Amino acid sequence: MNAKRLAGFILPLTGIAMAGLLWAATSQYVPDLPSPLKTWQESKIYLLEPFAKRGEMDQGMGRLAYYSLMRVARGFLLGALIGTPLGLLLGLSKTLNRMFDPIIQVLRPISPLAWLPLGLVLFQKSEPAALFAIAVCSMWPTVINGAAGVKAIPQDYWNVAKVLRLSKVTTFVKIVIPSTLPYLFTGYRLSLGIAWLVIVASEMLTGTPGVGGFLWQEYNSLIYAHILLAILTIGFVGFCLDRLMGMAEARLRAI
Amino acid sequence: MAFIEIQGVSKSFTVNRKTRHVLEDVNLTVERGEFISIVGFMGCGKSTLLNIAAGLQFADGGRVTIGGDIVRGVRKETAYVFQNYSLLPWLSAIGNVQLAVSTAFPSWTKERQLGHSQRYLELVGLGNALHRRPGQLSGGMRQRVAIARAFALEPEILFLDEPFGALDALTRGNLQQELAQLCMATDRLVTTIMITNNVEEALLLSDRIVPMTSGPGATLGPSVDVAMPRPRTAAQLQHDDQALRVRTNVIECLTEYLKTARVRRRPAAGATASDAREPSPAIAVPMENGS
Repeated sequence: MNAKRLAGFILPLTGIAMAGLLWAATSQYVPDLPSPLKTWQESKIYLLEPFAKRGEMDQGMGRLAYYSLMRVARGFLLGALIGTPLGLLLGLSKTLNRMFDPIIQVLRPISPLAWLPLGLVLFQKSEPAALFAIAVCSMWPTVINGAAGVKAIPQDYWNVAKVLRLSKVTTFVKIVIPSTLPYLFTGYRLSLGIAWLVIVASEMLTGTPGVGGFLWQEYNSLIYAHILLAILTIGFVGFCLDRLMGMAEARLRAI
Repeated sequence: MAFIEIQGVSKSFTVNRKTRHVLEDVNLTVERGEFISIVGFMGCGKSTLLNIAAGLQFADGGRVTIGGDIVRGVRKETAYVFQNYSLLPWLSAIGNVQLAVSTAFPSWTKERQLGHSQRYLELVGLGNALHRRPGQLSGGMRQRVAIARAFALEPEILFLDEPFGALDALTRGNLQQELAQLCMATDRLVTTIMITNNVEEALLLSDRIVPMTSGPGATLGPSVDVAMPRPRTAAQLQHDDQALRVRTNVIECLTEYLKTARVRRRPAAGATASDAREPSPAIAVPMENGS
């Protein structure tokens, strides 16, 4: 038992150490790639003073991540607000499903990099364009899972609704929503993951302050250590988001 | 005119372009206050018939009338108990009952609806499990909730689709007994149609037992009256002469159906197809008070 717990601790650390070694080794051969130690030395100020604000892009990592997260939250919420009812409707109505399924399948694989210019054309400003790109890219898992969840409602529950003569509204609130909630949360989790992917791309293109904007600016300023810092931050934040949604999802399934 | 009339009902399903005639020319009349059991083998179309009578499904031909009105959907004076409980797992026991009550009696105050729901749950012995979810209840307790939900609607007609089919033998016996008492306890006249594959269960509860032939193209055989005062006990049925006669009768009838169905499926094995379609032998049952 204790050995198992120890392994659960040591094995991930070993994996991280190996990846670090690979990084260190690569940096010996690629002159522009800073070693882990150099990366730490050049970027520790961003981590040790995470909320400092020295200039538009020259801010602590915590502050930049906060900007990005707020943008993701708004875009993701917008996507969820559109995607949830859309998914439920598509699940409830065969006609609507047949009408919109082809267009969804075509829109789904479009990259955020393709949506962003359209957003800029539509809204003229970078901030709403970024939100647009995040919402449009991230809502598809919510839509598809919502529809799948409604289709997966057992016939038994529909029969209960019929036998108890529940109204359409009551059926929706008391049966459809609770029954699809686990599916919706799986959708939200995937959607949030995508939203976080999109944020970096959209910040890079629009140059707004945030982790992605910082990354692009440091690339232009040839400060490669900061690029690595930004990449690691993006990964870490994404990991935390996924874990949080996973916990919410597990909690819901336990009911 | 009888209270419930099922006239010439037929139903077929088409799956992968193959049409299966499940019901063919089914006729049944049920008087107000009667308890009818339809007994047949698994998969013979009993549930389909019950669903059609209750307005959950619709017949291809024929019609069902209740109190003279043609059934076009689930009616408000009916309640239905499913074999697999069909409780909503995210609602507590009382939540499940209350959902039904609040829809059936929308003009009541919330307190009255809750009190009403609680009373029926207490009646089936679940007074101390009101706030447990179905997942925290045993199979027998879940079916009790489902029965409470049905009775709480104070229905005139009760449809029971193998209500004890998913329970272990001991629980089943217990619950059958309780249902028999519950049916007698209400001061209203409740008409009940129950589907079962258990002859003993039918004997215990019903005024009349209707055997169903084996599908495809199932129909109802001649009904057998059970002229014994209700509620009955299982022990009483073990020794009663009339119970013995009815039991023998129904079982013989069902066995006969099974044979003809087998012959029909394999006409080469002896009889021709036309032989097999001849009506089943009439059942002679001595009856003290007949219909």
